[in-house]
Amino acid sequence: MTTAAVTVRARAVPAAARRPGLPGTLRSELTKIVSVRSTYWTLLAQVLASIGWAIANCAGLVSHGVGPGFNPAEASLTGQVALGELIIVVLGALVITSEYSTGMIRTSLAVMPRRGVLYAGKAMVFAAVTFALSLVTSFTSFFIGQAILSSKHYNTTLAQPDVLRAVLLSAAIVTVFGLLAYGAGALIRHSAGAITSILGVIFLIPALAQALPNAWFADLVRWLPGGEALSPIARSAPPLSAHLFSAWGEFAVFSGYAAVLLALGAWAFIRRDA
Amino acid sequence: MIEARGLSKRYGGKLAVDGLSFTVLPGRVTGFLGPNGAGKTTTMRMILGIDRPTAGSVTVNGKRFAELYSAMREVGALLDATAVHGGRSAYNHLLCLAQTNGIPRRRVDEVIGIVGLEDVAGKRSKGFSLGMSQRLGIAAALLGDPDVLMFDEPVNGLDPEGIRWIRLLMRSLAAEGRTVFVSSHLMSEMENTADHLIVIGRGKLIADCPMAEFTADGTAQAATVKTPDDQRLAGAVAAAGGQLERGEADEFTVRGLSAEQVGQLALSNGILLHYLAPARVSLEEAFMELTADSVEYQAKTGAQK
Repeated sequence: MTTAAVTVRARAVPAAARRPGLPGTLRSELTKIVSVRSTYWTLLAQVLASIGWAIANCAGLVSHGVGPGFNPAEASLTGQVALGELIIVVLGALVITSEYSTGMIRTSLAVMPRRGVLYAGKAMVFAAVTFALSLVTSFTSFFIGQAILSSKHYNTTLAQPDVLRAVLLSAAIVTVFGLLAYGAGALIRHSAGAITSILGVIFLIPALAQALPNAWFADLVRWLPGGEALSPIARSAPPLSAHLFSAWGEFAVFSGYAAVLLALGAWAFIRRDA
Repeated sequence: MIEARGLSKRYGGKLAVDGLSFTVLPGRVTGFLGPNGAGKTTTMRMILGIDRPTAGSVTVNGKRFAELYSAMREVGALLDATAVHGGRSAYNHLLCLAQTNGIPRRRVDEVIGIVGLEDVAGKRSKGFSLGMSQRLGIAAALLGDPDVLMFDEPVNGLDPEGIRWIRLLMRSLAAEGRTVFVSSHLMSEMENTADHLIVIGRGKLIADCPMAEFTADGTAQAATVKTPDDQRLAGAVAAAGGQLERGEADEFTVRGLSAEQVGQLALSNGILLHYLAPARVSLEEAFMELTADSVEYQAKTGAQK
């Protein structure tokens, strides 16, 4: 091997104090997520859908009256859990599939070749942004919902047992679904493909399961990736059906699905050619 | 320095890169030439660790790309100028890249100045012309002030002024002692830029030699003549092992013989020549000939080492 001529030139950039890793990647990913409009449109849609649903649902209950199984926390939070979640799924998939659809991934990997670091940093920034915003929508939906319900004294407060838990888990479950979509996005790499697949799983599997014999469905329902299994999350009372786990139990089930998809996505992200 | 050893990449059944070995040295511009589909981009992707080699290895400054201490400070690459998120402004695009490697913001402003994108730095890159995108990609490559620079077809879509600018930039980067590796499918783009050439076809190495040598090979054995007596000249040329071809207007091209040899032949056979000149087979022609059926050609190694 030839020894290259050593030329000393003035460096325009200070030497790296330490090997580039997670801290720089987190800053970079935060810049990425806040510098594209799709983030704002998606998050705005999430806010409007969650709060809009809370208003409509609670106003409906006030005018029509409540039925058995009514839970004031759930009444104000189902919009966040059922609708907000769907919108965040889109953002979760997009933050990673847009890298592939635009080709940006090749630039990203050329500056941060430690793929595990890039994958984790991107997921952490997305999760942090989503969770922060979901907390805001969750509390806002709750307070607006309770204010509407208070006209008929249906309302509850954060001081009541399990109410704060319901508000917090409603924000957390949205983040969990977002991460599930992120993993799927890394695995599938196409925006439309990833979003369709996830929505298919969330909607179709629970819907198809209802066609099963009742006994089978009863055994299965608590494990399904959507539908009825989501209902305990937003309730400050025990689940309506004895076939479901508690709020924490169902939260753990969904987190398990998200963990599996995150792991599959990581495998694809790190192993496959970009 | 970039070193490839037996580098191969298979996509499905197709061998896109086939046992490439070469060394790209610092302090000069190395042209990476080959027809479209020859495997240039795939090779560059493997250098950057974006694609994994099926066999062989490639290192930058002695290390695999993923093992470099600070990738941006060692290698800057422009692979595909349109490979940016179009919804992000040029400034934010460069900022998010710089942040990964802890490169200060002032360097982002600096490279925007170097490539002359000050006026549009705040605009979303979706509306950029190809030329502006190329400049943005070059700015990204320069962010870390790296020792090794790679450009994949950098003059695509540039106007003559832009092409000149890129040439000068590459020359000055090499003059600073950096390794500059630039691909093209057009020989003419390399003519005034590259010091050294690595030519590939169908994934295989065809030539790895200094520019001067490549040019000499192409021009040594040809001449342009004008003669009223082309029948006799054709016979004499054929007897001497050459070949006479009718060119444009009343010109003929002699292949396989130098101008001096043709002059000698004409004199000794008493054939009148109106015009005689060494033919400069253009680099483009030499290149086309060399890559026309690349499998027929053996790799030849240059004089460096």
